[in-house]
Amino acid sequence: MKRIYSIEDACIGCHLCEVACITEHSRSKDPVRAFLHEAVRPISRCTVEEWEGGVVSLSTNCRHCDEPDCLRACISGAIQKDEAGVVRMDVEQCIGCWSCVMACPYGAVQRNLKAKKANKCDLCPDRENPACVDACPNRALVYKEGSQK
Amino acid sequence: MNYVIIGNSVAAVGAIRGIRKIDATGHITVLSRENHVAYGRPLISYLLGGTVTEKRMPYLPEDFYRKNQVNLLLGAEVVAVESGASRVKLASGETIPYDKLLVATGGDPFVPPIEGMNGKEKVFTFTTWDDAAKLKGLAYDIDKVVVIGGGLIGLKAAEGLSQLDKQVTIVELADRILSAAFDRTAGRIVAKKMKANGIEVLTEDTVVRIDGEGSEITGVTLKSGEFIACDTVVVAIGVRPAAGFLKGSGVEVNRGVVVDDRMETSVAGIFSAGDVAEARDFFSGGKNPMPIWPDAYIQGDVAGISMAGGQKDYQGGLAMNSIELFKVPTISMGITNPELGERYQVLTYQNPEKYEYRKIVLENDLLVGVVMVGNVDRAGIFAGIIRDKVAVAPFKEHLLAPDFGFVHLPKEIRSSLFAPQGKAA
Repeated sequence: MKRIYSIEDACIGCHLCEVACITEHSRSKDPVRAFLHEAVRPISRCTVEEWEGGVVSLSTNCRHCDEPDCLRACISGAIQKDEAGVVRMDVEQCIGCWSCVMACPYGAVQRNLKAKKANKCDLCPDRENPACVDACPNRALVYKEGSQK
Repeated sequence: MNYVIIGNSVAAVGAIRGIRKIDATGHITVLSRENHVAYGRPLISYLLGGTVTEKRMPYLPEDFYRKNQVNLLLGAEVVAVESGASRVKLASGETIPYDKLLVATGGDPFVPPIEGMNGKEKVFTFTTWDDAAKLKGLAYDIDKVVVIGGGLIGLKAAEGLSQLDKQVTIVELADRILSAAFDRTAGRIVAKKMKANGIEVLTEDTVVRIDGEGSEITGVTLKSGEFIACDTVVVAIGVRPAAGFLKGSGVEVNRGVVVDDRMETSVAGIFSAGDVAEARDFFSGGKNPMPIWPDAYIQGDVAGISMAGGQKDYQGGLAMNSIELFKVPTISMGITNPELGERYQVLTYQNPEKYEYRKIVLENDLLVGVVMVGNVDRAGIFAGIIRDKVAVAPFKEHLLAPDFGFVHLPKEIRSSLFAPQGKAA
């Protein structure tokens, strides 16, 4: 399946992947509205980590594991792997117990405290490429066929 | 191939998927003594408290059993396993033959004999959907509840009852609540939050008598002599592997059903997984029951693959719990109460006002345990470091940082996890 990979040396730490992710998962799909006016602002599914003022940075994201630890830990059944291999979170079914947060070794499930729901990458089902990949100004994120490793 | 699975919770689900990875056509029968499709068992406290509805209880997509060609028999309690004849006997007298059998019956609540308990109507255990439904159905007639046991089940039951505006007292025998999965500090923080929400927490005490006339409860008497008025008692002392029906089967049962790394029991062709099983521990290598949800899934998966003739070894059970009480999230994993002495090194961070706490337990150069209260974001990164036995020396001073992440790890590790193939550092 296609996965998002992150090239650390090309990452400039701009966080545009996070902005794009939040925007894509907002109601309006408009960054200003999403950040300023929507009642529950989405939480970015990718996480840019930085160190030493940005000397090191990279965007970390869901690996859509072959054997997802988040799915195995989920007590409500909100997390399922679809036929294409995408690990999906049904937010209606999620009860906010954070078992997935406890289990994911990639730190790739986030807590949306306002909504009291966990959320995770869905590989942007309405787009050809995930929004984070398209938004990266230095091609530090690539979307291509590959294994989880 | 004819697979029979006794039990219909998460270990069974892991096993069904495990079998189907290898064997697309074999016949699978699931026997459940309950009358529900697989449901999120830990959700029963949410159901009680009203934060989830019955509609949300099913754990699987509706078409799961059909898609996986599973013959699900509900209300089918197994009373014996006749391993010589390779068949199981149901309470109804019916027998069902198997080629490969999985025992995934989970745990039964442990209820010690307590003076005055017999004949009392409102004494409950709290481990099944029906338990929650019964308690909820009688809620109109409940005002004051004593919960015996301050573990995960007792505390979640107490929270659910409190959400229904019941007055709740928890009585715990140990000197603190959550003593099994969490450490003293985390237990204290959670107790403080419970008390702030009107729940009484009594420790180092226990119920010695349930008082009342006929089927009515008027209160309980504690070992200390104290009397607590109540009309309902919830017994949440713990669960024991539900393996009684294996008597005479030849299957070795210690504290749980003893299994090897393929989840096979002492009797060839009979496997076990989940809370009923006693499998290898991640750290000690010894065997012990590990009654936690994620591990039950993993054991089920290994069992299913093994039953279907595949090869997959169990990596050992790693204790892990995530529990949120009155909006304070807590996560623990691995060794959280290390013995004092030189063997373990403990790092902690605390901010009691914000209900925040973090504890890291190291053994030599390895991470072996974590407790997090409050900010639990990305806790799983620690789980990965424990499982992969990553040497922590290069980033030890960052382990307590609230934003601890992959940037603190060696670059090779980051690249191996996130970089495209061939681009590893």
